[in-house]
Amino acid sequence: MMSNPILKVENLHVNFNTYAGTVQAIRDVSFDLNKGETLAIVGESGSGKSVTTKTLMGLNAKNAVIPENSRLIFKDRNLLDLKEEEWQSVRGNEIAMIFQDPMTSLDPTMKIGMQIAEPLIKHRHIKKEAALTRALELMKGVGIPNAEEHINDYPHQWSGGMRQRAVVAIALAADPEILIADEPTTALDVTIQAQILTLMKKLQQETESSIIFITHDLGVVAGMADRVAVMYAGKIVEYGTVDEIFFNPQHPYTWGLLNSMPTTDTQVGTLEAIPGTPPDLLEPPKGDAFAARNVYALGIDSKQEPPFFKVSETHFAATWLLDERAPKVIPPVQIQKRWAHWLEMQGQEAY
Amino acid sequence: MTESIPKKLIELKDLQLYFNQGKANEVRAIDHVSFDIYEGEIFGLVGESGSGKTTIGRSILKLYEPTAGDILFEGKDISYLKGKQLSDFRKKAQMIFQDPQASLNGRMKVRDIIAEGIDVNKLATSKSDRDQKVQKLLDLVGLNKDHATRYPHEFSGGQRQRIGIARALAVDPKFIIADEPISALDVSIQAQVVNLMKELQKRHSLTYLFIAHDLSMVKYISDRIGVMHWGKLLEIGSADAVYNHPLHPYTKSLLSAIPVPDPEVEKARQHIDYDTHIETDGKERTMIEVNEGHFVLATAEEAAEYKAQQI
Amino acid sequence: MMTANTEDFVIVGAKNSDANEHISKPALSFWQDAWRRLKLNKLAVISMWFLILILAFAVISNIFVPQKDANAFNSDKVGVYKNLPPNSGLPIPGWDGKIKAPGDNASTDVYESQGVPDGEKFILGTDNIGRSVAKRVTVGLRISLLVAIVATLIDLLIGVAYGVFAGWKGGWIDNTMQRIIEILSSIPNLIIVTMLGLLLGNGILSIILAIAMTGWLGMARQVRNMTLSLKERDYVLAAQSLGESSFKIAIKHLIPNMAGTIIVQVMMTVPTAIMFEAVLSAINLGVKPPTASLGSLISDAQAMLQFYPYQVLIPSAILVVVSLAFVLLGDGLRDAFDPRASED
Repeated sequence: MMSNPILKVENLHVNFNTYAGTVQAIRDVSFDLNKGETLAIVGESGSGKSVTTKTLMGLNAKNAVIPENSRLIFKDRNLLDLKEEEWQSVRGNEIAMIFQDPMTSLDPTMKIGMQIAEPLIKHRHIKKEAALTRALELMKGVGIPNAEEHINDYPHQWSGGMRQRAVVAIALAADPEILIADEPTTALDVTIQAQILTLMKKLQQETESSIIFITHDLGVVAGMADRVAVMYAGKIVEYGTVDEIFFNPQHPYTWGLLNSMPTTDTQVGTLEAIPGTPPDLLEPPKGDAFAARNVYALGIDSKQEPPFFKVSETHFAATWLLDERAPKVIPPVQIQKRWAHWLEMQGQEAY
Repeated sequence: MTESIPKKLIELKDLQLYFNQGKANEVRAIDHVSFDIYEGEIFGLVGESGSGKTTIGRSILKLYEPTAGDILFEGKDISYLKGKQLSDFRKKAQMIFQDPQASLNGRMKVRDIIAEGIDVNKLATSKSDRDQKVQKLLDLVGLNKDHATRYPHEFSGGQRQRIGIARALAVDPKFIIADEPISALDVSIQAQVVNLMKELQKRHSLTYLFIAHDLSMVKYISDRIGVMHWGKLLEIGSADAVYNHPLHPYTKSLLSAIPVPDPEVEKARQHIDYDTHIETDGKERTMIEVNEGHFVLATAEEAAEYKAQQI
Repeated sequence: MMTANTEDFVIVGAKNSDANEHISKPALSFWQDAWRRLKLNKLAVISMWFLILILAFAVISNIFVPQKDANAFNSDKVGVYKNLPPNSGLPIPGWDGKIKAPGDNASTDVYESQGVPDGEKFILGTDNIGRSVAKRVTVGLRISLLVAIVATLIDLLIGVAYGVFAGWKGGWIDNTMQRIIEILSSIPNLIIVTMLGLLLGNGILSIILAIAMTGWLGMARQVRNMTLSLKERDYVLAAQSLGESSFKIAIKHLIPNMAGTIIVQVMMTVPTAIMFEAVLSAINLGVKPPTASLGSLISDAQAMLQFYPYQVLIPSAILVVVSLAFVLLGDGLRDAFDPRASED
């Protein structure tokens, strides 16, 4: 999959001015999104993953400051230069979003069919009747049973899973090129989550749109993503294809994340949790932000920020452990198993 | 299982709790549920939203009044507790909540939040004794001295949940109901909280009722697991039995839906849909012991079928 | 190895919990946070200082403008002192003791024509029996504020107690208490006021009671609704499971968490009470003469509006400015207490 980026994010910084000082929520983030792929952005709350998506939608709070050299290139223009009116023709049309909570992202006083039809009427200038017909098709497409009977329902009449299907239908209505899903299944039960994820995968294959999938759940990432970017303290610390991140992770933070989830064969003993709490971005730590919580931290981590080290053409990680001067460390047992599996996979490919 | 017979700490006997009883919008939040929790064990109660698992937890703490059935704590029916006995019970049974934001009063300093149980039950002899106790509890959950004078909104989710745990531990309880204590937390923080809870359980010989919708974490922390759906308990057994050899179709469906951090497993995963028909056909079903200690809600024919299917 | 210090590439491991659980924002209580946000709102801050000054003035003026002084008039010299226009003693048009009667071409110096002794001047003029408007307004403001604030405090006490009790108890108690509120609010205010007037005479007390009796209903309703939602909060359940008593839960958990709403409600109730008192005065259900309130001053002078507009305009202006200050401050407080704005 050679790069044909539909969206390029370059040197993105986002600061928030608060009474206590400036919070550096995004500290130099760059990534590409290719056509038709799903890019997962993984991180804890406060890592900046949600601010990134809000920036992509032009929905940041008033006290957000984005420096001049940050660029979001989409269709040969820098989205950061857009005025509010111009944003409105992008939002819900070229870039659409699925939010975490289906209840708050639907208008409780508006019929669901109309809510799905609205982006069509607004962006595609389709007549109301035609738009409602299309809305009905979309409702069927997202698997709402007896859609004809339910097109005039209000959101409160539906269950959480059905509502999230409606949200997906709204997002897809205007056939967006980029779909941003911000923890779209976190508020749902696991069985409903499985259904929504299957649905999103199916719809993506049909529409060939690109998805940016924000989540903290690595299980969901493993099933959904083509590529993964791991964020920590406002920076991307590692990115690569889904197999590279899950079977050949290089950054100790990625190790920590993978380790703190029970897998099918975790039996007894304690899960290996990452100690402590993410740093306060009011005073971002010097050097590697993860150093304070990193059992593999090197002396240099608290002095100098690690650059990205290339692991493969598609895989980069920002950790001094990859420097040739660094000592060889032995990763946690779970990660060793993943590495071993990676070598097997590479071996198979060699044949 | 030939150890000394474990003591029952909690016994639920045919518990029922209906909201809006007798009206058109009657909800059977708990529908004829019976199970026991033994002293020193971690009992995991799993179900999706609306399954009644939270209602059970709150009923045990006397926050809800059951419609019928009994709840026994150390052999005594809790609905008759009054005065001294009630305040003793309040000290022995505590709760950890799901949403660490909503479970802490934002107008109070962390010190006063943690000390609430100490104050109510007059467990501190002086102000300095109180401060010392709070300090100890903060240490226990890995927080620092200067956190005592701060307000909840200044903390991250994981830190807040640890404050909630410290508050529950302040009265030195025997039994803790953890109502989805990790589902609002980030994955890396979930492990932190679960490990902390496990460690505290060993150190203070606690008994937990661990309520969750996430079977993978529950399996990891629990000794025994009960699976609930629509107010009914469908399956109960050791964590290993329920997770690795599930009997009820609902449990199987639930297990098949858990995402695993492994792209190869995920690509191969098939979600099993659950046919709710077997709960609504009106047939008489009872808890049948299919394997030792492993029960399932079924008719006799279904039970035989489940046993035959078991891997 | 290369040029870098060798110790740079040695594993040092994770730091202790002091380092990685550190919070760098200064500790901030809810009230400090609200104050910080209130300070950003210039209008609210100006209103607040203005109200503090007005309240201080109303209290301190008791010493140098006692009520008797403002009510007294010299019946022999009414002709000399009546209806004098405001005179600052400076040649400011409209504030120099001269007035242009409707129909006249030139303004006349009323002080001279009525034979007021030289050097004697009334900064805000006099009323139709020769009493100083400045003194009357000072006293009137005092009475109006007293009525409004006492009535609001009664509202606050009854409304919060009633609302918390009803909301906390729930069930049939709540139901009954709600019906009582509905019945009370269906009785027109004026009927209550008239009845009370008959019962207690139209003194300050009966006005305070009349305003309070109709005002607490809104407060009670709002507090009850907030109690209903707050009592489902997990921290209230946690307090219950720790064995906290209902009274303590109300004091420690319920009321502090609705304090913001209550304060805003109070700020909005005071101007309503001031206005209501003015309306009562206008229909002669207000304070009895010679006692003055802002409302009675306005209604007494309005018959002569054409000839002596200052007698209406001065108390009206004060009434409007004070009410506006309460509303603006209330608005600012609402924004300051609103958690949605607390993200910054």
